[in-house]
Amino acid sequence: MPAEPPHTPTPTPKIRIRGLCKRFGDKVVLEGIDLDVMPGTSVVVIGGSGSGKSVLLKCILGLIEPDAGTIAIDGQVLTAANAAAARSRIGMLFQAGALFDSLSVWENVAFGLMAQHKATRSEARTRAGDILRQVGLDPSVGDLSPAELSGGMQKRVGLARAIASQPDILFFDEPTTGLDPIMGAVIDGLIVDCVKRLGSTAIAITHDMASATRIGDRAAMLFRGKLIWQGEAGALMQSGNAMVDQFTHGRRDGPIQMELRR
Amino acid sequence: MIDPAAAVAPVDPVAPVSPVSPVSPVAAVAEVSSLAAVAAIDPLAAVAAVGRGTLGAIRHTGDVARFGAVGLSHVLRPPFYGRMTWRAFIEFSYFSLPVVALTAIFSGMVIALQSYTGFARFNAESAIAGVVVLSVVRELGPVLAGLMVAGRVGAAMAAEIGTMRVTDQIDALGTLSTDPVKYLIAPRLLAGIIALPLLVMVADVLGVLGGFIVATLKLGFGPHAYLQTTLDTLTADDIVAGLAKAGVFGFLIALMGCYHGYRSKGGAQGVGAATTSAVVSASILILAFDYVLTELFFAR
Repeated sequence: MPAEPPHTPTPTPKIRIRGLCKRFGDKVVLEGIDLDVMPGTSVVVIGGSGSGKSVLLKCILGLIEPDAGTIAIDGQVLTAANAAAARSRIGMLFQAGALFDSLSVWENVAFGLMAQHKATRSEARTRAGDILRQVGLDPSVGDLSPAELSGGMQKRVGLARAIASQPDILFFDEPTTGLDPIMGAVIDGLIVDCVKRLGSTAIAITHDMASATRIGDRAAMLFRGKLIWQGEAGALMQSGNAMVDQFTHGRRDGPIQMELRR
Repeated sequence: MIDPAAAVAPVDPVAPVSPVSPVSPVAAVAEVSSLAAVAAIDPLAAVAAVGRGTLGAIRHTGDVARFGAVGLSHVLRPPFYGRMTWRAFIEFSYFSLPVVALTAIFSGMVIALQSYTGFARFNAESAIAGVVVLSVVRELGPVLAGLMVAGRVGAAMAAEIGTMRVTDQIDALGTLSTDPVKYLIAPRLLAGIIALPLLVMVADVLGVLGGFIVATLKLGFGPHAYLQTTLDTLTADDIVAGLAKAGVFGFLIALMGCYHGYRSKGGAQGVGAATTSAVVSASILILAFDYVLTELFFAR
């Protein structure tokens, strides 16, 4: 009689989303989203403008209240009581950086350290210099104001701020938007390095296919508020799904256009 | 593990009462003012328009009141952001000083001159010193300082917070374990409540000085007699009532600046609209509350 294979328990997803729905007025933005993100992996969510990608991230962060559905982190369903604690474990790089322009660069980077970890200003200043170095910036940049930085540098500072508190979950909202291809690749490389170094779980949303394949382990596509495909990020360009293929190859005509015309 | 009944809590403790965007009083009035045109077509549509406008105004008022109450509650609860409060205080007081000072001094001068031309008809010129000091301390000091600061600081607050809203900076605060209301709104409300009475003290002195200059240099009053009449007329109640008004006006200016900025949306156009709404609504509220407070303090 053959021996039974050893039982390996399925790990709990770091983030589990079930039946998430959100509408603004008559417009349905998210409709029945089910998504699991396993610990230590990166999921890239692709989709056209207005497909609900940013709303999905803001729902997980608790910045937007979903109409229905649940979001669980480490198996714990987010509720009013634990949302703030859950949020403190998440770092986010915003699409346009969202740097506080009334503060210097180092104060931006160290903001979470001072707010969450009650670091003194001098400790936070030193730590901010170290983190700036990790994202390829000289610590002297810390004394500048965000308005004095180029777009690429602002993204780096935004990344530094997101990783400063060493969160175990990282969100990236269009990390390469507005950057030239070389700077986009540099930012993607930094993101991959940071996620690996921290051992974090990441969700990135983008419509930059090069960026998606560089950052993601897995990928999913949103269309009109629904997840129409999930799979390995490496398979994005040959997904076998006509809509995904049209989107990833940037073809003007195809099922997406036909669906949008309805 | 999954609890279908559990909903994710919104980060924003001052989210609008209804998902419908708040209707501004101006929009509500515009809706009601279109009544005549609508009534010509359909009387029921006119009733519906009035109802919508009224409900919108009530919803808007409730939203503002809730926003103000939540903001004030954060003024009293730690953590406190001293650096932000100091920054708002300096913006409110020190940088507003020149404009308030000039307004006060010229207002005092005008009152003295106007009172003289009117009172001379009844041989009541001796009452000018009393009229100037009471007008300035009870009314013009708080109201004019409030209106000037509403234009200067209220607009700047709405623009700054509105820009933070449309560039995701307020959402970013939420992801950095910082309550945006506590960090952005409470310090400004506190600064407004403290700073405007201080500004009004300066305005009171300069307003009386303006009247004194005109009365003594142009109208031929004796300096000593003028000052003596001023001091004899003024009571502590007048000063306290004027400063209490200023505290309320400071709160209203900060509240309108913060509220309209916090609720702004739609990019640069939205921020511009928020700035306009902040100044207009603060100015109207200052004049409305001036009447209410005058009724409370002086109508005996």
